[in-house]
Amino acid sequence: MKILVTVKRVEDPYQAIKVKPDGSGIISDGMNYKPNPFDEIAVEEALRLRDTHQGEVVAVTLGNEKCVAELRQALAMGADRGIHVRHDGPLDSDGVARVLAKIVEQEKPDLILTGKQAIDDDQNQAGQLLAEYLHLGQATFASKKESLESEAEKAKKPGLTLLPGGKAIEVVREVDGGLETLALPLPAVVTCDLRLNLPRYASLPNIMKAKKKEVKELSPAGLGVDMTPKVTTRRFAAPAARKGGVKVPDVATLVEKLRHEAKVIS
Amino acid sequence: MAVNKENAPAADSIPAGGAFLVAPLGATRVHAPESFTDDQRMYYQTAQQFMVREVLPHIDRLEKKDYPLLVSLLRKAGEAGLLSIEIPEAYGGLDLDRTTSMLVAEAMTLYGTWSVSIGAHTGIGTLPIVFFGNEAQKAKYLPKLATGELMACYALTESGSGSDALGAKTKAVLSPDGKSYILDGNKQFITNAGFADVFIVFAKVDGEKFTGFILEKGMPGLVVGKEEHKLGLRGSSTCQLSFEECRVPVENVLGEIGKGHRIAFNILNMGRLKLGVGSAGGAKNAINLAWVYARDRKQFGKAILEFGLIREKLARAVARTYAVESMAYRTCGLIDDRIASLGGESAAAHEQVIRVLEEYSIESSILKVYGSETLGVVIDEALQIHGGYGFIEEYPIERGYRDQRVNRIFEGTNEINRMLITGMLLKKAVKGQLPLMEAVSDLDAPLPEAPAGPLADEWRAAELIKRMALQVIQAAVTTFGMELEHHQEVLAAIADVVMEAYAIESSVARTLAHDAANPVRHAIVRLFTAEARERAFSRARYALACTLKGDDQRQAAAALAKRDEFVITDPVADRETIVTAMEPTAGYPIR
Ligand SMILES: Cc1cc2nc3c(=O)[nH]c(=O)nc-3n(C[C@H](O)[C@H](O)[C@H](O)COP(=O)(O)OP(=O)(O)OC[C@H]3O[C@@H](n4cnc5c(N)ncnc54)[C@H](O)[C@@H]3O)c2cc1C
Repeated sequence: MKILVTVKRVEDPYQAIKVKPDGSGIISDGMNYKPNPFDEIAVEEALRLRDTHQGEVVAVTLGNEKCVAELRQALAMGADRGIHVRHDGPLDSDGVARVLAKIVEQEKPDLILTGKQAIDDDQNQAGQLLAEYLHLGQATFASKKESLESEAEKAKKPGLTLLPGGKAIEVVREVDGGLETLALPLPAVVTCDLRLNLPRYASLPNIMKAKKKEVKELSPAGLGVDMTPKVTTRRFAAPAARKGGVKVPDVATLVEKLRHEAKVIS
Repeated sequence: MAVNKENAPAADSIPAGGAFLVAPLGATRVHAPESFTDDQRMYYQTAQQFMVREVLPHIDRLEKKDYPLLVSLLRKAGEAGLLSIEIPEAYGGLDLDRTTSMLVAEAMTLYGTWSVSIGAHTGIGTLPIVFFGNEAQKAKYLPKLATGELMACYALTESGSGSDALGAKTKAVLSPDGKSYILDGNKQFITNAGFADVFIVFAKVDGEKFTGFILEKGMPGLVVGKEEHKLGLRGSSTCQLSFEECRVPVENVLGEIGKGHRIAFNILNMGRLKLGVGSAGGAKNAINLAWVYARDRKQFGKAILEFGLIREKLARAVARTYAVESMAYRTCGLIDDRIASLGGESAAAHEQVIRVLEEYSIESSILKVYGSETLGVVIDEALQIHGGYGFIEEYPIERGYRDQRVNRIFEGTNEINRMLITGMLLKKAVKGQLPLMEAVSDLDAPLPEAPAGPLADEWRAAELIKRMALQVIQAAVTTFGMELEHHQEVLAAIADVVMEAYAIESSVARTLAHDAANPVRHAIVRLFTAEARERAFSRARYALACTLKGDDQRQAAAALAKRDEFVITDPVADRETIVTAMEPTAGYPIR
């Protein structure tokens, strides 16, 4: 089974994000970066499927030269090789999906796994667009039946199930208030949600081995993709600072305030 | 040795050990956490994740000395590669640099018992074989020490000889058939002894020649005593060992007969450096706990984080910790650079590594003392921020407070290390390895120009304090000559001045090299320097008072006072800058 999995470089979510004074972007000076956490879940799922069914995991990233660091992290977790599509300008989901579509045409994977969204711009579109461009089946928000503390999880069993014959995959996905089970013919695109698995940490020997793994550099131009964004970001703004709360003496005052100050009840 | 030869600087551009005292920091680059490679960051992340996922959930059981659990977790650490960082590749190791080893050690400090248990195994337990073992010994033990299949400990201390390690009484006598040594004696306070399989033991052959041996569990006559009940590190194993006609095959002699002190002292150099780094890690953990507590605890209608005295404690703790972190990774970087510049392969390389560790033994002792004392102060204040709750077992700061206390005692007490710092400086000067006397004769030359830009006052402070140290050294050497070694109060006070100079210089150099425009770092370095220079001045004056009488003292004190320049500071503003910067990181503000 050959699996293509995406890894995006994103700002470390545990750091304070500061918006540039002119609102044109965020201040990247002194910022730490890491792989998008949902992509790490996708990588983990890919590795479990590969370890269960043999095959290859190819990690792909799109962005400037620094993204190789996050690609190496996927390789250190255990992905077999990497592809870096070098692009220094702004990205939108459509551009990402078109580049990925070209990679899929070249690599012909059986399964494409992505995070459900990147935690930097929270677009939640690339996986869906990719499936659309390739005319493939898609399952979003892949999750699993067992909890992350389960024995199956400890044994690192995949949450996605390859169906007998190996031509289709079963995906449990999170929907409002429950789970839905889908079957998709392969190849297919699956986007991964938080509760699909607990990604492994890379062992030190694997971090060393990752240095020797192949990383191929490609360019959007070379792939014939025009990266001019269809969607541009006009302005970033920090959320308004939280105002201090007040204590109310009794329920009556609370209701009064909710009605007349907050105007959330009538 | 796996060294990164492409980036290795030329050997002669790397400052020698102790050289910081006699030369202003010029254009030499200093290493710092900001210069870690992507790989080093990944190693650290793995180590940290390992702690959070595999170790911290089990603290309650581990504190009750659940050794099967402790050993199974150590083996899991072996699977993750955490036991093999400094073991050569040929023996199943990773052969990574010292900085990586320190970074991983720093991550381990999230839990004291764990940090000491894994440290005793990978450091003092394993390194003697890495550095001094012969081929057969390395092949036999290292692959299993790397996986954790075998657990190691290191037995130097005896009931009658602690600081005076070479005064050991344990005796080894060759058996009549010449096949083994018969050991008799005891060892005291041996970490990991309760579950260890491999014991690095020092004994005197024929009661004279201090020598290392590798003992194995089950050797007849090797008796592990009962567990000590300790103030802290309660989950770690600490036992006596006794040797009752214990028969050790001659193949298990480690290194050369009579050269055991080389093993003992060189392993300590590495251990001291690591203890310094670990202290920075422990201090950061304590700061994080204290900040969160201060944010959540309300008194007089507001979070105690809003009170000036709480903010002052946090800011000072951050400033001191930053200094230790700066010294620690600067020193590791020097050592790694030096090793990389030598190149060399395998066996020869290990001899080189030992030499390099010896070269920077002054810095290692500084880190041991300054690190452990910083951690002591920081944890004490972090506990104070917790008020009565800090005294209660449920709060992790209570355990942290108990666990850190031993850091000032083991790996050479801080008294012994203080005397070593000054003693080694003087020894290097006498041997012509350090131009100390030349620097002393230049004492009244104008100070070199500070680099233009931020922190010029602090840069100057480091140079002034170095001169204070040199002035006191001159007075002490002139007054006491060869007798100086008996004037411990002077040796220790000199060491204190030297340490403050290294601390200030390392903080300034790190900041200028890696984040020169960051106002938070400026505040940290200013706040630290303002306090450090006062400590240095007071210790220098004390040293003079212990050295000189009457008018000589008056004159020397007047000369010293000239080096204590007045600088306008604003500790409240700096404190506010620092504490405000702690909010986004919920604790130690520098990542
Ligand atoms: C939890 C724990 C774990 C340990 N683990 C190990 C281990 O794994 N292996 C091992 O070999 N050892 C271990 N030790 C022993 C430790 O290294 C010694 O306790 C330490 O070296 C001090 O020796 P001592 O206790 O005999 O104190 P002493 O040497 O008796 O010192 C008592 C006091 O006298 C001072 N002093 C001693 N000599 C001088 C001097 N010349 N000048 C001025 N002051 C002096 C000391 O600084 C100290 O304050 C451990 C100890 C503890 C508590």
